[in-house]
Amino acid sequence: MSPRTTVSTAVGLCALALSVAAAVTIGPADISASDVWTSAAAHLGLGESRLAPLRDGIVWDLRMPRTLLAAVCGAGLSLCGAVMQSLLRNPLADPFVLGVSSGASTGAVAVVVLGVGGGAVSLSAGAFTGALLSFGLVLLLSHSLGGSTDRVVLCGVAAMQLFSALTSFTVLTSADAETTRGVLFWLLGSLTGAGWTDVLLCAGVLVAVLGVCLGHARTLDAFAFGEEAAASLGVRVGRARLILLCATALLTAALVSCAGAIGFVGLVLPHATRLLTGSGHARLLPVTALAGAVFLVWVDTAARTVLDPQEVPVGVVTSLIGVPAFVAVLHRGRRTA
Amino acid sequence: MTGRTGLGAQRVTRRTGDRLVLDGLTLTLRPGETVGLIGPNGSGKSTLLRLLAGVLAPSGGVVTLDGRPLGELGRRTVARRVAVVEQHAHTQTELTVRDVVALGRVPHRRAWTAATAADGRAVTEALDRTGLTDRADQSWHTLSGGERQRTQIARALAQEPRELLFDEPTNHLDIQHQLDLLDLVASLPVTTLVALHDLNLAAMYCDRLLVLAGGLAVAEGTPGEVLTADLIKRVYGVSAEVTAADGHPVIRFLRRGAQGPARGASPGRPGSGGPRAAHVGGSERDR
Repeated sequence: MSPRTTVSTAVGLCALALSVAAAVTIGPADISASDVWTSAAAHLGLGESRLAPLRDGIVWDLRMPRTLLAAVCGAGLSLCGAVMQSLLRNPLADPFVLGVSSGASTGAVAVVVLGVGGGAVSLSAGAFTGALLSFGLVLLLSHSLGGSTDRVVLCGVAAMQLFSALTSFTVLTSADAETTRGVLFWLLGSLTGAGWTDVLLCAGVLVAVLGVCLGHARTLDAFAFGEEAAASLGVRVGRARLILLCATALLTAALVSCAGAIGFVGLVLPHATRLLTGSGHARLLPVTALAGAVFLVWVDTAARTVLDPQEVPVGVVTSLIGVPAFVAVLHRGRRTA
Repeated sequence: MTGRTGLGAQRVTRRTGDRLVLDGLTLTLRPGETVGLIGPNGSGKSTLLRLLAGVLAPSGGVVTLDGRPLGELGRRTVARRVAVVEQHAHTQTELTVRDVVALGRVPHRRAWTAATAADGRAVTEALDRTGLTDRADQSWHTLSGGERQRTQIARALAQEPRELLFDEPTNHLDIQHQLDLLDLVASLPVTTLVALHDLNLAAMYCDRLLVLAGGLAVAEGTPGEVLTADLIKRVYGVSAEVTAADGHPVIRFLRRGAQGPARGASPGRPGSGGPRAAHVGGSERDR
């Protein structure tokens, strides 16, 4: 890692730690920063907790996992978006461009509405399975059509339409009003009910996929002038593309199955980060992941507090912020094109 | 074929669908020379370059580097020896000139490591050689066509290749920039194979020419040997007068129907079948 990358990463990590600590203190119950520290220290085996069990529970069992899942989702979606945009050479690409989120929705709906799995399968497991099925379909289809990136994008769009239609059909024909509301809430992206299992699972996948992507940072740089140019720079294009697509699809599937399809983070954050870091992936990827994490921590804090006691799905808030940001990016793109 | 140094193709064929794009072509590049690749649109020039770069695999025959087939060497090893400059490079990514040139170091760098002093030196030298040092921090998107081509050449030089392949590098450039670019290309201390459309430029800058038509090599030799009125008639189906000046042939094309020898005769072309080249129209753009 170059010194500049190390500095940017360190700054980002500090900002993230502060954001998480601050976000946990915000909410209906009055929690101070020292409460957060005490509780975290106690649970990590660094001393005794002097907090009342109820307050400790609010910090450690409710707010902390939720905030951390927000951080992990933001980081993961932003990372996947950056990789997809470079790999597919498409500034409009995001983690969901390969139909992963639509497949997840269909899987989740199949479990919740149709009762697939007979109650033994959780919504998350159904969503994860659906996401991987959808991605597998896109991969097979695009491979049979020659595997070039524009084919991959087109197949992804086709899969997205197909699974969205399946989801709508299932919900409209089989679900009652209560279930529909629940499914809709999840579809829009929500971090409600996040537990430590979700956090650890997603964080584990995030770390592994981040490692794979950073190992391919130079390869992603080489894709700037297209696949043939990358090949002439020594990149094994087919192999690199397959590894990166699978890694990002796996991470996206894990995140979507825990928190629904939180839109726009993966589309806008990478563009915003490029303005700061430039296009070199060795620096862009860690910084965009950290930026995504900080962003989603704050957006989720807003989502659960602004209309308190009612909660706004975090996906709605990201899009409300994301659309104007996206327009700004497009304006900038028009100048450089 | 073992023990041979440099890049070469032995009886390579390339088929797309049921069309034979290259038909048993053999080529050896001697170290340090500048070879021009000429021929009508669709004659297989670009395909040959892509086979030699290892970006495309031959359907038959073999491309060798120092006597070893490219497939055995691995992509990175090939990319450290053979660099390619395409006729037109396009990106949507926001990159500076230095960023683009640094891409040439990709095959030399390992994952997870920062750039080494050797990487920095190669980039600086490539910028210097192509006269782009002052523009290193300028955005790629603000460059003119000629500057973009020079940047791509600098990127190729940063690869520190011994073989450099150009696919019509002067396309879309005005005459001044065409000459500037070819002066640069001819001065490079590497073996170069350059596909060109302009026969006069090919005659001026190349040590040797290879003429392709319909996927076959129809002539090979010095510009003086190759570029005759007869060959131009056979391959391009146009009439021309060829004179000699400054030690290389100078070609003056004649208007159709004005005068010139009768069309159609095609003696001496190796292989069988009519020269497809004769049907090529007036378009100067490949692809």
